[in-house]
Amino acid sequence: MVALPRALNTTAVRLSALFVLLFGVCALLIIVYMSAMAANFVIRETRGAVDAEIAELSAVFNRGGLRALVRDIDRRSRRPGAFVYLVSDGRGRPLAGNIADLQPGVLEYSGWIGRPFNYSRVGDRQPLAEMGENAPRAVAHVMQFPNGLRIIVGRDLGDPIRFRSVVQRSVGLALGVMALGALLIWYFVGRRALRRIDAVAAASDSIIAGDLSQRLPMSGTSDEFDRLSTSLNQMLGRIEKLNDGLREVSDSIAHDLKTPLTRLRNRAEDAIRTGKSEDDYREALHGMLGEADNMIAIFNAMLLISRVEAGYTKFTPAPVDLGEIAADLCELYEPVVEDAGGTIINKVEPGLTVQGNRELIGQAVTNLLDNAAKYGLTKGKQIKLEARKTADHVTLSVIDSGEGISPEDRDRVLERFVRLDSSRSTGEMARGSGLGLSLVSAIMRQHNGRVDLEDAKPGLMANLVFPVAKSGETAN
Amino acid sequence: MSSPPVGKAAATGFPSRPLPPFLIYRSAVAMKILIIEDDRPSADYLKKALSEAGHGADIANDGETGHAMAQDGTYDALIVDRMLPEKNGLAIISELRDAGDRTPALILSALGEVDDRVTGLRAGGDDYLTKPYAFSELLARLETLQRRGNAADAETTYSVGDLVLNRLSRDVKRGDQPIVLQPREFRLLEYLMRNAERVVTRTMLLEHVWDYHFDPQTNVIDVHISRLRSKIEKGFDKPLLHTVRGAGYVMRE
Repeated sequence: MVALPRALNTTAVRLSALFVLLFGVCALLIIVYMSAMAANFVIRETRGAVDAEIAELSAVFNRGGLRALVRDIDRRSRRPGAFVYLVSDGRGRPLAGNIADLQPGVLEYSGWIGRPFNYSRVGDRQPLAEMGENAPRAVAHVMQFPNGLRIIVGRDLGDPIRFRSVVQRSVGLALGVMALGALLIWYFVGRRALRRIDAVAAASDSIIAGDLSQRLPMSGTSDEFDRLSTSLNQMLGRIEKLNDGLREVSDSIAHDLKTPLTRLRNRAEDAIRTGKSEDDYREALHGMLGEADNMIAIFNAMLLISRVEAGYTKFTPAPVDLGEIAADLCELYEPVVEDAGGTIINKVEPGLTVQGNRELIGQAVTNLLDNAAKYGLTKGKQIKLEARKTADHVTLSVIDSGEGISPEDRDRVLERFVRLDSSRSTGEMARGSGLGLSLVSAIMRQHNGRVDLEDAKPGLMANLVFPVAKSGETAN
Repeated sequence: MSSPPVGKAAATGFPSRPLPPFLIYRSAVAMKILIIEDDRPSADYLKKALSEAGHGADIANDGETGHAMAQDGTYDALIVDRMLPEKNGLAIISELRDAGDRTPALILSALGEVDDRVTGLRAGGDDYLTKPYAFSELLARLETLQRRGNAADAETTYSVGDLVLNRLSRDVKRGDQPIVLQPREFRLLEYLMRNAERVVTRTMLLEHVWDYHFDPQTNVIDVHISRLRSKIEKGFDKPLLHTVRGAGYVMRE
């Protein structure tokens, strides 16, 4: 359970609070404005009604004189309704009408009284003085006659006032409910956000603690949290892969360079101990030079791979004729393969071009041919180069007739420093650094392509798969 | 040049780096070399190794000094590091070239990017070597650079002993006996003979005969050489194509 104060301290809650506050202020302004407008409207309407009543009454007066008027007012007073009437003499004594008492000063006035005044009706149980706030209110027109007679025609405001208070109460209630709802929403939204963030923070903590295989949790709703988690998880995946690669490489470096270093040292030691003539020393030094060259070759290959993988190796892609490369390199390897008792067959037609760098592709093909010449002549005596082109890909294949590589090892051999046991035992000290295929793989990745290893039954079929260059597209 | 027995100089000179025997007799074509390199230990090592091979060397530790010294024009070849304080190696070379100075220049670089070689050669460098390099490789390349300066390209025939190669008719003869070579074998022999008396490395052969600039794997070049050797030496007494251990090959009588 997330504590309330923390839940209230989230961005989501702060944002929604701000919105509710703004909304409330606007709602209040609207209420004030609306009630003012409504009051105005009610007064204007009332005045209209009062004026119409006065017009009727003045018609009665014109026809029947004062007597008829008073009689008519008396009759009208008895009818139920919102109109109020009072006819009083010069001393203020009521002669007719339904007003029992009036706020002082009203009778002295002449003309329209727009400000509501208090009054009491005939038949009210309480006198006006005791009613206080509950006294009915009205607006009215006061007419003074020369003989001191005064006639008040007005209209009670009870209904409009009640209506207004009902509106105000309900708007207030609505605002209250809204505020309560907002509080609840704050709480739940904040708590939910916090819960997600707490989960992410917990996962991050264990990642920081060193468990790079941890991933941020996902709710599966693909909301913004999930999108963020997805990106972060992809980043973590990349980091984990790099980290694994780094660890693997440093382990392998330790292992693979230790062997030639030890040999180097042994040779030196051996020469010092048993060397008798200058020729002995020279011989030992030549051997050591060979070991050193071997190590430099390993380092260079490693450097090239990491450069290619990190994308540092910038080159301007140009059309590269795979047919020409195949022909050149077959010719280069022919004597080696023939000496090993095999034949090399090139079936790649000239003119088959891909976008890329001739040197890098040449290096990749060389590495494949080198592997084929070393390990690919055990079951048959043939190494074959083929190429095919589809709508999307150009594939150059080097097919040997050796033991092949078992399916479970095929991905592994593309990694750095992986040498299959068979190849470790085959080469005496061999220049096999375990980097050949991973360099091929890195080069192909830089050409937006890939290396596929297949079973050639028997033998290994290594495919360099290049994307077909669309015009204007670069390999980099 | 005769072939005196292997001298003592190699063993007593620089114990950690025995020079292949053939390199000791280079003094007849001694070169004066300017090393422009800011890393003093490497520069000193180079100078010492070059002097053991019979060449004189001066050192400049920064680009400006190097440029000024190179302008004197008394050097047979320049070894220029690419990354230098004051002025970078490529700028030095291209300014020298603009001023009409054609002194052969070998660029040393720790960069080794795929396009670096191209930019280096475009700036006017004559050859390009990536660190770490073997000294034998550097020496071999340096000496063929000087050969290039000697305008060997203009010659129509190359000969080593009784072996004669005609570049125009593409005939190869040893004594009176014609030798039939495959096109690639011809180019291999042509390159070796053009640089007769100079060691050429496997990498140089892959570069000039096959036009690829990476380290040749295992023994591919060796097998080509041994085939060529059997064609030009079989049935003759005198070997002409010699293997230099730890370095490469040399054509000499």
